[in-house]
Amino acid sequence: MTATAEAGAPVSAPPPPAEDDAIATRGLTKRFRGGQVAVADLDLTVPRGSVFGFLGPNGSGKTTTIRMLLGLISPTTGSHTLLGTPMPDGWATALPKVGSLIEGPAFHPHLSGEANLRRCDAADRTADPRTSRRRIGDALERVGLTAAAGKRYKNYSLGMKQRLGIAAALLRHRELLILDEPTNGLDPQGTREVRTLIREIAADGTTVFVSSHLLAEIEQVCTHVAVMRTGRLVTQGALDELRAGTGARIRVDTPDTGTANGVLTGLGLTDVRGSRGEISAELGELPPERVCADLVGAGVAVRGLAVVRPSLEDMFVELTGEGFDVDG
Amino acid sequence: MSTADISQGTDRVAIARETDAPTVETTGRAATAADARPAGATHAEGARAAEATDPENALSARAARAVATATGTHPAEATDPAGADPAGATRPATIAADTHPAEATHAEGAHAAEADRPAATATTVRSALGLRLFGSELGLVFRRRRNQALLLLLGAIPIVVGIALKLSTPRGDDAGPRLIAQVAGNGVFLTVGALFFVLPLILPLAISVVAGDSVAGEAGIGTLRYLLAVPAGRTRLLLVKYATTVTFCLAAVATLTATALATGLLLFPVGPVTLLSGSTVSLSEGLVRLLLVALYIAAGVATLAAIGLAVSTVTDSPIAAITTTAVLPVVSQVIDAVPQLRSVHPYLFTHWWYSYDDLLRAPIVTDHLTHGLLAFLAYTLVFGSVAWARFTSKDVTC
Repeated sequence: MTATAEAGAPVSAPPPPAEDDAIATRGLTKRFRGGQVAVADLDLTVPRGSVFGFLGPNGSGKTTTIRMLLGLISPTTGSHTLLGTPMPDGWATALPKVGSLIEGPAFHPHLSGEANLRRCDAADRTADPRTSRRRIGDALERVGLTAAAGKRYKNYSLGMKQRLGIAAALLRHRELLILDEPTNGLDPQGTREVRTLIREIAADGTTVFVSSHLLAEIEQVCTHVAVMRTGRLVTQGALDELRAGTGARIRVDTPDTGTANGVLTGLGLTDVRGSRGEISAELGELPPERVCADLVGAGVAVRGLAVVRPSLEDMFVELTGEGFDVDG
Repeated sequence: MSTADISQGTDRVAIARETDAPTVETTGRAATAADARPAGATHAEGARAAEATDPENALSARAARAVATATGTHPAEATDPAGADPAGATRPATIAADTHPAEATHAEGAHAAEADRPAATATTVRSALGLRLFGSELGLVFRRRRNQALLLLLGAIPIVVGIALKLSTPRGDDAGPRLIAQVAGNGVFLTVGALFFVLPLILPLAISVVAGDSVAGEAGIGTLRYLLAVPAGRTRLLLVKYATTVTFCLAAVATLTATALATGLLLFPVGPVTLLSGSTVSLSEGLVRLLLVALYIAAGVATLAAIGLAVSTVTDSPIAAITTTAVLPVVSQVIDAVPQLRSVHPYLFTHWWYSYDDLLRAPIVTDHLTHGLLAFLAYTLVFGSVAWARFTSKDVTC
């Protein structure tokens, strides 16, 4: 930890955020030529060891943020640290510990997958050339591309290209993995494999920062989330804490919705909504078995009863008050 | 805890390396800057000298210099015995020696290091030099079909020219075919003829393709963002790209020279070489002179490596970068052919490309060659700086 402190933060910059954060940004803003603000005043905190879902519709500034994090584009204002090292000055210290997939994979089309990875490894001056072959083999195996290692990149399917991009990020042991839309172009099976891979990587202690516009895809693996909307941060935090705010609902499948409505309202449940054959309400602190007993006692034909926790998507529609569509 | 310690250790190594590198770089830059200032001074003088000695029409003057025997003014000028010949000969040679053998000895050195020295040292030295990336770049450029085709084309030209000359009847009546007569008389001259033939367009075009593609090609397919995120380092990547293009320049000229020599030796009689100034030198000295001509021309077209690199950092479209780089030497040569723009001529890099014929005189006339090499160096420094300034501050959004 002291080594990173020695790298030295610029004196004029605000005090560096806690060093156990994998990513910390302060007022990060990017205004492109022409005046369009892609990212505005972003304060992002990604704790070490977390699987951090970076969510938002297409065009909400996720990729611009990731490019700034990696020092590919410079912020108009604001600063950030990567693994405790101030960027972009500390790129040589920080970036070798960061694996990344940025806005889809990009490789030389006429080279094989393996040759492309060799090139990536050759560009990394801190990588040990003697272990190069083994590390490339491991990375290919990890993403299930061993059989296609010698095939030219241009003959890869979209899913294989995406896998090769992830393999490039896994060429070395990383402390932080930044994956921009890692499941793009993957079939459901591939998506599941990526999720498994993220879990494995996180289990090794690597922080994973994964962006997506598809909430459901990463909901299951995240410990933390942040939501972007038109370049601004809507919310961020641990998933459990965010979920705590929104209560579970009880859903009853019944033909007698009228009677059921009366019972639920009588129990003091709020937000009772019903449609044909189904009725639901905020459960609150009430035990669900009590609701069930009352419904049956009142002669309601209960065909099904479920306690429903809101999905991330429901939460964010609630938080942003809007749908999850493309931002202009 | 122990892993944390190790990572701290590597951090320190990385930091130390980072701080070391810029000092070396800045001293290097200071040295070149110091070199460049006198260069500018002599260049201005050279401009005046060139104006004074050149006849009205610059183009005809060049043709005369390239083909005809000495006008008399050149040997007379060549009173200074020191001069640029050694400089001209050794400068490109040391560039070549720096890159290739360095790589070779390094590979051997690495094995030795594995045995007794701590491995980290070898890795540090090797990676700081960027040799692995350089090797990867070379593989990328020389395994690419398009670039191989360019080299094949350059290699085929002397063969075609040689066969055509062999089939035609040599005449000695006007200025153009005098070279042909010389080739027919001595196969060694086929090399000079072939170089003269490709220098205006084909050779610069071949170099432009590789130079223009260097950074813009990576930007175009998106691999640039991954190279920078690895991180390859912007300055290091730029230097490696430049070194690779210069290597391609040398390879292009070498291919042409080698096939021209082989064709000349096969098709025509070979013997002691009669120089442009009329005197005759032994075959071996003639071949040395040829080598110098090839190296001078390689140094001349290598300015395109820096120009192309600068253009390549401005756009994300490789086609645009290649086209622009290829058009520049053509425009420069067109301006060079307009006598009314004579005052500009000494500042054109292509103006000095054709000074190689001074190497084919006895004694070698050095002033034009020196000015040429300094002009090439000045162009390289200026465009190299533009490329560096642009690339290190560029937003990579491709």
